[in-house]
Amino acid sequence: MVEITIRKRPHSEAVISTRKFFKKTARGKVVKVLRERYLRDDVACGIQSCASCDNSTADPLPFAGDTQHKAFPDGHYILPDTNVFLHQMDLMESSLFKPPIILLQTVMDEVRHRSIPLYNRLKALVRMDDKRVWVFYNEYRSETAIIAEEDESPNDRNDRGIRKAAEWYNEHIKLNRHVVRGQPPPKLPAVVLMTEDAANKRKAEESGIPVTSIRQYISLFPEASAAQLLDLLSNAEDNVLEPRVTGGGKQALYAEYYDESMLQAGLATGNLYKGHFNASSYNYLQGSVMVHELPKPVLLIGRENLNRAVHGDQVIIELFDEDKWGVEGDEVVDQESTLKDDDAADSDEEEENDDVLRKEADAVRASEAKATKKEAQPTGRVVGIVKRNWRPIVCHIDATALPSSSTFGSAASSTSATSLSTQTLLAHPTSTLLPRIRIRTRQGPALVGKKILVAIDSWHATSRYPDGHFVRVLGDVGGEDAEREGLMLEYGISYGAFGSAILGCLPPEGDKWVVVPKSEDGMWKGREDLRDLTICSIDPPNCQDIDDALHARPLPNGNIEAGVHIADVSNFVLADTPMDTEAAARGTTVYLVDKRIDMLPALLGTNLCSLRPNVERLAFSAIWELTPNAEIVNVRFTKSVIRSKAAFTYEEAQIRKDNPALQDPLTTAIRLLNTLAQKLKAARMAAGALNLASPEVKIHLDSAESSDPIDVEQKELRETNSLVEEFMLLANISVARKIFDAFPATAVLRRHLPPPQTNFDKLKDILKKRKGLTLDVSSSGALAESLDRCVDAEEPAFNTLVRIMATRCMLPAEYFGAGSVGRDTFGHYGLASDIYTHFTSPIRRYADVLAHRQLAAAIGYAPLHASLHSKANVERILEVVNRRHRMAQMAGRASVEYYVGLALKGRNERQGRGQAVTEEAFVIRTFRNGLGVFVTKLGIEGLVMFKRDLTEFDADNYCVTIPGSSAAVPGNQDVVISVFDKVVVKIEVETDKNTQKGKVKMSLVQPVDSSSL
Amino acid sequence: MASRIEILNDGGFRSDGRRQYELRDLAIDLSQQASADGAATITHGLTQVMVSVFGPREAKMRSQTMHDRANINVEVSVAAFSTGERRKRNRGDKRILELAATIKSTFEPVIQTSLYPRSQIDIFVQVLEQDGGLLQACINGTTLALANAGIPLIDFVCAVTGGVHLTAPMLDLTLIEENDVPHVSVAVLPKTGKVTLVTMETRLHVERFEEIFRLAGQAGKVIHAEFKRALRDRTTTLVGAMGAGPRISAEEEMEY
Repeated sequence: MVEITIRKRPHSEAVISTRKFFKKTARGKVVKVLRERYLRDDVACGIQSCASCDNSTADPLPFAGDTQHKAFPDGHYILPDTNVFLHQMDLMESSLFKPPIILLQTVMDEVRHRSIPLYNRLKALVRMDDKRVWVFYNEYRSETAIIAEEDESPNDRNDRGIRKAAEWYNEHIKLNRHVVRGQPPPKLPAVVLMTEDAANKRKAEESGIPVTSIRQYISLFPEASAAQLLDLLSNAEDNVLEPRVTGGGKQALYAEYYDESMLQAGLATGNLYKGHFNASSYNYLQGSVMVHELPKPVLLIGRENLNRAVHGDQVIIELFDEDKWGVEGDEVVDQESTLKDDDAADSDEEEENDDVLRKEADAVRASEAKATKKEAQPTGRVVGIVKRNWRPIVCHIDATALPSSSTFGSAASSTSATSLSTQTLLAHPTSTLLPRIRIRTRQGPALVGKKILVAIDSWHATSRYPDGHFVRVLGDVGGEDAEREGLMLEYGISYGAFGSAILGCLPPEGDKWVVVPKSEDGMWKGREDLRDLTICSIDPPNCQDIDDALHARPLPNGNIEAGVHIADVSNFVLADTPMDTEAAARGTTVYLVDKRIDMLPALLGTNLCSLRPNVERLAFSAIWELTPNAEIVNVRFTKSVIRSKAAFTYEEAQIRKDNPALQDPLTTAIRLLNTLAQKLKAARMAAGALNLASPEVKIHLDSAESSDPIDVEQKELRETNSLVEEFMLLANISVARKIFDAFPATAVLRRHLPPPQTNFDKLKDILKKRKGLTLDVSSSGALAESLDRCVDAEEPAFNTLVRIMATRCMLPAEYFGAGSVGRDTFGHYGLASDIYTHFTSPIRRYADVLAHRQLAAAIGYAPLHASLHSKANVERILEVVNRRHRMAQMAGRASVEYYVGLALKGRNERQGRGQAVTEEAFVIRTFRNGLGVFVTKLGIEGLVMFKRDLTEFDADNYCVTIPGSSAAVPGNQDVVISVFDKVVVKIEVETDKNTQKGKVKMSLVQPVDSSSL
Repeated sequence: MASRIEILNDGGFRSDGRRQYELRDLAIDLSQQASADGAATITHGLTQVMVSVFGPREAKMRSQTMHDRANINVEVSVAAFSTGERRKRNRGDKRILELAATIKSTFEPVIQTSLYPRSQIDIFVQVLEQDGGLLQACINGTTLALANAGIPLIDFVCAVTGGVHLTAPMLDLTLIEENDVPHVSVAVLPKTGKVTLVTMETRLHVERFEEIFRLAGQAGKVIHAEFKRALRDRTTTLVGAMGAGPRISAEEEMEY
């Protein structure tokens, strides 16, 4: 029974307890808004054992504050203002920064208003285990609430509110620490206002509030960590307290962005367009923006037109006239080589570096020359930024960029590392999509050869490169741990250990947890006892998180009963617990070659939920009655208890099935399942499902101790793979129907939209011109059929290649809430199913957990948690899961790529010098000065670049002609290389001398040796 | 994307500084209004409603008289200045007619109409300020005005709105909250614990419904206590004003 009270608002206080303001609506009307505010005395200060506040609920700030800082020997708490969080979040998040923080509501609201991502980081900071942060709701406490005075800007009002709160806190502490007679007066910790705003600082000093700037505070920081913390400071706001010397006479390199009203007007009239900026990975001076209104992406060519956009930003662009339209540059322009000599100090002074400019101009002209082409793409330039997508970026520092004095060796660098002298350096991002970033650091020499994390702070029109600051060192370049961590950071994967709150949600028995003996209630309530069924699981080798198992048996009426049993994760992961929240935030388990980053704690994933053989486990079962022709007679779903009889690998299951001597129940069950699966697959294919291919390779790791990969091979697909896949699809589809029936507004489903026809234009054109083949993309069925016809009798791999290329033309599949989109867009294009969801891997995908909860509610096993009734909530969760899913896939691919690189290096070394690895490859793209090739055996893509301009390039027919006059060509005959041609490439891993970064370099061996080209 | 305002923040505060189960400031004014037989002005936070009751009196229209009980006539008018955006609503407005009909059907079983056959009771509701919980304010105001007019009721009618933000129930919603969360208005008869009105215009899941429904019932009792206090105070002032002064016991009187 909760206590219900009426909150009284004294009417004499009306001035402070109501707020009146005018607001302009979207339609331009001005509306008066009156809001009230209830001021209270029970908003806790959060300091331990405070005499007048009840701080019993959460963990409070320490009584004595933080006594480590030199300036505040009596202890202190810091109370940062909004700008500190807006600009110095990295510092606040650093584990070295430990003073107790008082976070005001005013500050929270302002941060939220300014940037939602920062606000989310701030919220995470509050929850962090090793941080001591107390949120003080100052706007609701009667003593600290303020109202805006006349002629006071919102900013000034908030600053005054923050000062008032700081003042109150100091007073509050004094009042609650009584002087006891005969004892020395108690130490009074200070509440220190931290601000970078000079005016705010002065006013605080006037009213006697302890105040400090961040630099001042950190420079007096006790430990040796001061230097590291100083580097974390963003320099975006440098000019507030420490004006930059070079501020004035700089020449603007970029056009200023249009102002807000112009942008809005332009968007409204359709003169400007909004979209996400995608940098080109082939040419750093080029990017594109996909705009809804136009059928083709808009090309942005040249540094001025890119105008400080960074990959992933949401930008506003202006189109050029049609006579300036062009086609995508057919040349590869590499930032590393073009800008090799451009160093940070140079560009800092903005001395026109003629050489660089000329090279860039050349590169740009090359693409403009093509503008006469009929299929010209629209071009344009960036005129405004809607939203920056600036995440921390993994970079390295070029050793040559350092002033020569500090490159003597480790002894010299260690001395200069402690000298705290600032250097300006360019950090090179690992990703070719990102520009180089200028950072100022005091640890320059110590950073060479390390992977570091850098955050972008700002990009002024006067500066060629964005300004950023150093966040932290990940490890040595080339070190596997650093590479892995860099990769995870790059894709925003949270890889930290699970916190204590999350582990607290695990069953208290730990790994001793067992299914209790059968009874009517408790764990067994509503569960079916399926322990006697002949159930087995089939998974890849060394699979630890077994989340599905299968069974099949003939029924007396001639039909067949088949069952899919999925780990009952939702039994352990209850809605609205810390574990659930964390799983939702992680979204999916991420598989890297050498590491798995779990979505759920390992105890659940690999033990309690994992359907291990010969152990009783809780499961969620879907059981069908199928006719011998694999038509569904009926399906039912039930929570169950199972005991898997065996865990096979695909290979073992296949061998068992193919061995006619074996007639045991398990083997017959597998055979039965297999015959059904074949019929299911046939039916699916007849309905128009696509059989797509992706370059999947497998990395063999040497042994457990050293993770040097020894080899790469392509994944082999067996009949049993398809067996498991078919039943999982069947289960997913059946479950999707059921939960959609039960919860038409919030059912968690998955769809794959049909790709726009234009996506296939280029592939169709290439196929037609090069191979005389046609691709029918009118429907998934038609596409499947025409893909089957894309065969080259001499080259079996050709079909796979076309499939891979077709897959790239498609849209990614996504999760969605059933109520959020029209029923007619539910379909799954690739599977040719009208409805689909993910149900079968709840250990590693969060969407499946949601589907489990909904299915449990649909069959009346358990009530549905309230959060799954809210459409908005489901949409919000799925948005996160979709993003995580995409990121996890990319990270997985990047990890494979890295290991393929390592494997090649190993192979090269074994074979000795000059005996580089050679592999067959297909040309998938042609450039004026190079070829894009795909090495089927290794599943990697690479570039072959021609150094000299000897080749003739025919963009219409996708071919490059190497004239016979060239020295490289034997027999004086022109050699024509075009898309889909098979070539042989030499693959080398080159280590950059400066960066120690391994880089895959390919060159042609056949039909010509390109090393001299 | 949710609105810019956090409905319930991590500290457990709502956008106006209340906690989940705290009702807004409730002010009741029962003073005389012109020629009305009973009147009440009730303020829930920034929602203010003035109700005047006339009657029981002879029905203006013959056709509306009922031979066995009194006819209840409810008219609602919404002041143009009651919302942020000036907007004039005329009498035929469907929303207003619906509001009037809801009030009428809520009070029909509560007013002892059979005591006044062939007569009419007029209830005029004026909405002066709106900030969520309009129906609850109208019903509460009508109860008080009827009591003030001395019309026999079988019980008070106490109305409260309740809503659910994600999984957290909350009471007495403001306009911002009403726009954002599913909510239900419940009117209870606190003595008997009976419910005379439940309306819901948004969708709320059954399992949530029970929780919020019970909570609103409890909140009704809190409001009831406030009503009683207000009426007692009003009566004390009236009695005082009649010159009777403080009540004197019989024995004391004998001595004089």
